[in-house]
Amino acid sequence: MAYLLVIGTRKGLFTARSEDRRAWEVTGPHRLDEANDAGMSPVYTVGINPRTKRLLAGTESWHFGPSVWHSDDLGATWTEPPSPPIAFPEDTDGSLTRAWQFAFGADPDTVFAGVEPHALFRSSDGGDSFELVRALWDHPHRVNWMPGAGGAAIHTVLPGTLGAGRQSPEAITVAMSTGGVYQSEDDGASWTPTNRGISAGFLPDEEPEYGQCVHKVAAAPDGSFYAQNHHGVYRSANPAVDGWSRIEEGLPTDFGFAMVAHPHDPDTALNFPVISQEVHLPAGYRLGAYRTDDGGTTWRAVNEGLPEEPYFGIVLRDAACTDGARVPGFYFGTRSGDVYATTDDDDRWNLVTAHLPDVLCVRATEV
Amino acid sequence: MRVTVHLTSVLRVDAEGATHVPLEVEDGTELRGVLDALAARHPGLDRRIRDEQGALRRYVNVFVDQDECRSVGGLEAPVHDGSDVRLLPSVAGG
Repeated sequence: MAYLLVIGTRKGLFTARSEDRRAWEVTGPHRLDEANDAGMSPVYTVGINPRTKRLLAGTESWHFGPSVWHSDDLGATWTEPPSPPIAFPEDTDGSLTRAWQFAFGADPDTVFAGVEPHALFRSSDGGDSFELVRALWDHPHRVNWMPGAGGAAIHTVLPGTLGAGRQSPEAITVAMSTGGVYQSEDDGASWTPTNRGISAGFLPDEEPEYGQCVHKVAAAPDGSFYAQNHHGVYRSANPAVDGWSRIEEGLPTDFGFAMVAHPHDPDTALNFPVISQEVHLPAGYRLGAYRTDDGGTTWRAVNEGLPEEPYFGIVLRDAACTDGARVPGFYFGTRSGDVYATTDDDDRWNLVTAHLPDVLCVRATEV
Repeated sequence: MRVTVHLTSVLRVDAEGATHVPLEVEDGTELRGVLDALAARHPGLDRRIRDEQGALRRYVNVFVDQDECRSVGGLEAPVHDGSDVRLLPSVAGG
């Protein structure tokens, strides 16, 4: 068994392979297209189809716009479809700024893309082409969804679950900045905001129906959720019924971006605390992860193997992940360009690589 | 009328390596029509220059002869028989 880690950075795409998840062979930056240096600009999202192992990368070019590339050989070669894979229809006023998230549906060819401006796209051909999910684009709330600091984006797409015991192929949960959490139980035909309990300190109504700046939602294996909000860390078994409950007690800050749920234990998750919306530096100026094993009741620092000196690169919203293996691996990268990995049976983080450009996203899988 | 579109090196991959593309367009065609004709000849080029709503990408400069198009009408900029249209990346990046 080997493991593949795909790393999107501010300046291109890197990959790393390992047999034991301790020693890694890193390659990159991958020049997706030798002729025009595509992919040497920001890569805000990467995806690994769990069934086909196709890699998807959302790329940008300062000059020539965003695109989506795919690789069917684990990153050795890349293809850009002849027509732009994600494009807003002519009858909308939208044009793609950035792909923020790829997520995979119940069948091998279904891929979702959360994008900026706030929209969800769906592919039925593995990511060669996407269609706008109209019901969310046409949602009457959309005119009130405002850009977060990172942009006006749907950055989280979680197909298959609405909550614990509410998993189905027709279920889709998305999160956006700003706007909050929306859920569809009918395969995207209709959408309902499910933000009760999540605060929005930047709005007159601090607990509105929608409008929150949810930074990341992670689905636990029982279908429940963890969420890192723009101030506030939350847990919900079933957002539509139970709302959300705060679980940040025991964390050094309530601000942050990334949240990773354990793939097999619904009570375990990782969080990466950040100092406040104004500061955006690691809590205590120390690179660290916090882990709960009781659903957020308590948290403990898991910093073994991480730098002990002051550290100033935070973990962005998609720069942490799990590989989902039987003994899961966990991974994160920082804006200082360092990438770390550990496994569930080892609380020590191992350095995968250092001194990359700012790490924007990571995804990992068994291969 | 005949118009020649000149391609910067990074765009040539989307035009089968061509350095320039001569186009025959109707008299009175504006820049938009020239770009439409270019897109018909090389569909892969258009996505680099214009977004899916047809707007020029912010950091692509399009010169009609000596004038950057945004100063002479944007996509409605007049084009004349013998005009040279140059597609160039602007000063951006990082």
